[in-house]
Amino acid sequence: MSLIDFVAQFWPRLLSGAGVTVAQFLLAAVLGVAISLFMGLMKLSTNPLLKGAAVTYIEIFRGTSLVVQLYWIFFVLPLFGITIEKFTAGYIAVGMNIGAYGAELVRGGILSVPKGQWEASLAINMSPAQRMRRIILPQALVNMLPPWGNLMIELLKGTALVSLISVADLMFQARQINATTFLSAQVFGAALIIYYILARFFVTPLMRWLERTMSRKMGKV
Amino acid sequence: MFEWKWDFVWEIMPRLIEATGNTLLAAGAGYAIAVVLGLALALGQRTPYAVVTFVVREFVEFIRSTPLILQIFFVFYVGPQFGIRLSPWMSGMIAIGLHYACYLSEVYRGGIESVAKGQWEAATALNMTTAQKYRRIIIPQAIPPALAGMGNYLVGIFKDTPMLSVIGVAELIHTANAIGSENYRFLEPYTMVGIIFLAISLPAAGLIRLFEGRVRRKLGL
Amino acid sequence: MQDLSRFPLELTGDDVPMVRFQQVRKSYGSLTVLDNLDLDVAPGEMVTIIGPSGSGKTTVLRMLMTLETINGGVIYVDGKPLTHMPKGGKLVPANERHLRNRRADIGMCFQHFNLFPHMTALENCMEGPVHVLGLTKAEARDRSEDLLELVGMIDKKDQHPSRLSGGQQQRVAIARALAMRPKVMLFDEVTSALDPEVIGEVTNVIRGLVDEHNLTMLMVTHQMGFARDISDRVCFFYAGRIEEQGTPADLFGNPQKERTQQFLSAVKEAV
Ligand SMILES: Nc1ncnc2c1ncn2[C@@H]1O[C@H](COP(=O)(O)OP(=O)(O)OP(=O)(O)O)[C@@H](O)[C@H]1O
Ligand SMILES: [Mg+2]
Repeated sequence: MSLIDFVAQFWPRLLSGAGVTVAQFLLAAVLGVAISLFMGLMKLSTNPLLKGAAVTYIEIFRGTSLVVQLYWIFFVLPLFGITIEKFTAGYIAVGMNIGAYGAELVRGGILSVPKGQWEASLAINMSPAQRMRRIILPQALVNMLPPWGNLMIELLKGTALVSLISVADLMFQARQINATTFLSAQVFGAALIIYYILARFFVTPLMRWLERTMSRKMGKV
Repeated sequence: MFEWKWDFVWEIMPRLIEATGNTLLAAGAGYAIAVVLGLALALGQRTPYAVVTFVVREFVEFIRSTPLILQIFFVFYVGPQFGIRLSPWMSGMIAIGLHYACYLSEVYRGGIESVAKGQWEAATALNMTTAQKYRRIIIPQAIPPALAGMGNYLVGIFKDTPMLSVIGVAELIHTANAIGSENYRFLEPYTMVGIIFLAISLPAAGLIRLFEGRVRRKLGL
Repeated sequence: MQDLSRFPLELTGDDVPMVRFQQVRKSYGSLTVLDNLDLDVAPGEMVTIIGPSGSGKTTVLRMLMTLETINGGVIYVDGKPLTHMPKGGKLVPANERHLRNRRADIGMCFQHFNLFPHMTALENCMEGPVHVLGLTKAEARDRSEDLLELVGMIDKKDQHPSRLSGGQQQRVAIARALAMRPKVMLFDEVTSALDPEVIGEVTNVIRGLVDEHNLTMLMVTHQMGFARDISDRVCFFYAGRIEEQGTPADLFGNPQKERTQQFLSAVKEAV
């Protein structure tokens, strides 16, 4: 069966899988960005408790594997009375994992803003929170957007692992179709192409657009 | 509340240790493939033939933007469809080796591009062949700046080995899954796997940084 | 902990200085950068600090801007302590709230301008008035546009810093500092990072401030001619102390100390 015939026959399932993948991606991205910001700022804090908490979080999530984290959240947490439904467990695990990597980007981005910017904002008497929010973070964001582009691709790829806890994403649908039809080359080939299209024609252009918009705001274009 | 049982931990430890060995073996073998293949992919993008460069570049992009787990399935299941039967280990090594080769090719490329243009010109002035230029002048200088990236991906490949469990490679997660379903206890195996990952990847990251510093000093950088 | 009881809670009397450094000490680790510095600046006075590299000139301004902490002594601004605050009848080191309160009197311009790159010239000037002083956008715009007019940058008000030359950026930076209506303005080598041909546009703005505004100014510069023209008083720093000070005519025309003479002749030769 050719790839085209295959897609013609199985497109509804591939499409529904891709839809779930996109939903997982978006939810995990929102969670991941929020955690990155939170943990990145905490790691820069002078309070040893906050800093320690952030370092622990980052090291645990970067030091173990996303599969392990996913299984732990889905299979072990219920033993402590925290039962999370699989769809939710999926994007939470992916988002928390990406958040640990993103936290380092946030931290690096903030540290890359020249010291003079802190001093100038202090010289016009801004409060520490104002300095961070209005002067430092916008500049840090511009500096860290390029590596965030790569991280978002990693995130998209990471969502494929939620199939391991039976979330019906694209990867999961592909495995199901493969198990019943044995058309492995067609189904896995089609899935690879769909992931590639999502990465190359949606995620990357979106990040590029963000980069351009932000550098236009800096008057750089 | 589910209670942690040390007895059970000791009981399963031998199996987990054996699986740790397999995990390290998989990571090591996959990395060895990636190091060599990655160099080929990097040099493949530097030939005078635009078509070759384009094809290699697109291939690297494709592999880097699609999920490793899907590539593992692809390699494992597509062979038999055409009468080639690959063992789980074999397919796993091919998939993970290729995936990381693409990452490493980018690291090498960065390293090669960081070598000053004057070095090429000096090598030309000595009338070296292209192969000599690469081997004797360019690559030795391209390695130090590439070391950090290479080290990160060594730890990265180690953390991605759990994906090999899906095709039956008896690494840590595969073993933990088996232990869990035999005993109906998931807390200890998954937690121990997480701890083992941390216990290896955190020191490894530290050692790599140390090694990198030493190489840099040795080369007088 | 140093004994602060000999420092007054507030300066009173007929001629309270706008700025007073009293017995101020600053060190980095074992390196003492400023040693028991005493320096008064009268309201409306323009004081220029000159001296060899590393003598502590920048440090004086940065302490006054509260960018550096001090290790001893007290700095007063407009009669009230800046680095310390009164508590239970004596002075204690200032907390963030006190600093924010007192910093309102001080503005600073930096060697490398430090304009906010993600804001236009006008937005740079409006940032403080809107978000720190709580002015309405319209009020802040009026004020900022007046100042951009003053520094000759009104036609570039919608440009981002990356589109401006060094001299233009520095003029915007001056307007930004003035928009906060400080009583004391600090200039740290504001022309050092500029190409020679644009130095004049910045020094002319500062000249204008001396003539038209009743601002107190402290300036560090390596341009002796400029210092001579516009200062009321020149302080020659050497190794963290004021080696010699006086009117420009006295200090440049008839230096008393050997080190001052050496420094001035070395500078003259370099030109
Ligand atoms: N953050 C710091 N840590 C350690 N030492 C410092 C620091 N900042 C300044 N110093 C030292 O303090 C001394 C005075 O520095 P300062 O910047 O005030 O000198 P300056 O008179 O402004 O010199 P220049 O003309 O070169 O600008 C110098 O010896 C300098 O090395
Ligand atoms: Mg200085």
